[in-house]
Amino acid sequence: MKFRMLVTASAFGLAAVAAAYAAEPQEMRQEMMKQVGGATGAMAKMVKGEEDFDQAKVIEALTTISETMAEYPAQFPEGTETGMDTEAAPAIWTNMDDFTAKAMALKSDADAAIANPPADLDGLKTVFGPLTKNCGACHETYRLKKDG
Amino acid sequence: MTSPGDEKSAPASKGAGAYVLGGIAAAALVGAGIFWYVTAPRPLSAERIAAIDAVEADATRGETIFWAGGCASCHAADGAQGEARKVLSGGHRLTSDFGTFVVPNISPDPNAGIGDWSLGDFANAMLAGVSPSGGHFYPSFPYGSYVRMTDRDVADLFAYLGTLPASDQTNAAHELTFPFSTRRLVGGWKFLFFNDGPRVELASADDQLVRGQYLVEGPGHCGECHTPRNFLGGFRGGEWLAGAPNPEGEGVVPNITPGGPDISGWSASDIAYYLESGFTPDFDSVGGSMVEVQKNMAELEASDREAIAAYLKAVPSRPNGY
Repeated sequence: MKFRMLVTASAFGLAAVAAAYAAEPQEMRQEMMKQVGGATGAMAKMVKGEEDFDQAKVIEALTTISETMAEYPAQFPEGTETGMDTEAAPAIWTNMDDFTAKAMALKSDADAAIANPPADLDGLKTVFGPLTKNCGACHETYRLKKDG
Repeated sequence: MTSPGDEKSAPASKGAGAYVLGGIAAAALVGAGIFWYVTAPRPLSAERIAAIDAVEADATRGETIFWAGGCASCHAADGAQGEARKVLSGGHRLTSDFGTFVVPNISPDPNAGIGDWSLGDFANAMLAGVSPSGGHFYPSFPYGSYVRMTDRDVADLFAYLGTLPASDQTNAAHELTFPFSTRRLVGGWKFLFFNDGPRVELASADDQLVRGQYLVEGPGHCGECHTPRNFLGGFRGGEWLAGAPNPEGEGVVPNITPGGPDISGWSASDIAYYLESGFTPDFDSVGGSMVEVQKNMAELEASDREAIAAYLKAVPSRPNGY
């Protein structure tokens, strides 16, 4: 339900999410990551050949990633280091500038792809690899693996 | 250093006391002898080294072993990307319950690296955990897994390492707590835990499974992080790949047996795709130390990733080891 609200809210722009849904930051950022995962998955299914290339869906996915990243670093205020099964690493709060820069790197890669959208599957493959390198680059340092 | 009490009792029990003392001394000598024997570094046999020397080594093939073995994950500089991952200058600090290991330079520099090693020296390191000077390497260098590697793979890997750029970087010594700072004790660890047998007996001898078992238990050394250890640093029995506490801080290394909570719903092709792309079936991404490992796995042939996946679906399911 929360997720559905977020999806709906995101259709009206992500700034609306915060207003529509007064979640704790820990919950908020978990939901935001699920959105990014969903958008990534939509493109990955095309890359893997499970679905046909669809430029409109690609732009939609890239837009979700860009808008989510714009708001993402703000979801880590002091005092939200623990709780609600957060997998956020303490390193986020000691390296907030680097953490923010990594989120912005993903946003700018997404923005560049929106400005010059892939015209076909090969174009998407060219964009998808470098774009998604950002995921691991950030999770390597800033996400903890907790009990599954 | 005699006390009055000793003077009084000594004459009465001189004979028996001498026997007791002699017995203790003999037992201590035998004990020391056993300790010395058990903890002695044991290099490879001359026959094995000759067999490895006889391999017509192929550096190109060695690159696959390099990625499968994850050499760059520890031996490249922290944060190295792209071609810089092939500069094996060392310096990475590995934290553990026994202290901090500082990873050595294994680039072909003759002084700072391993440029002056023979193939036999390299084989002794990889397969016996013995250094060119005849001492033990600590098992933080995962020869406990590499011992399963074939002669050909060792020779090919050595040939490939020789093609990489030299670095003259020297690194600090390990910072270990006593008694682990005593290298000789590694012989005791080897006596208890070091062998080249299979980690699990698989029901099927299917070629793909055999390949997967070789990659995971041998060069891939997956169990080094994914299997929980006892207080002496050996793998706990019957918990192969069951997951473990993160040795480098908070969190866990996941259980990757078929019963693992993260992986239980994954198909073999999901596992292979994760190793190729870094994405889980619901498009969460790889994180932590596994980021480096996944980059290595992405360099393998698709068939090797599929073999690893098949093996991980075939090992016995275990409850979480953390």
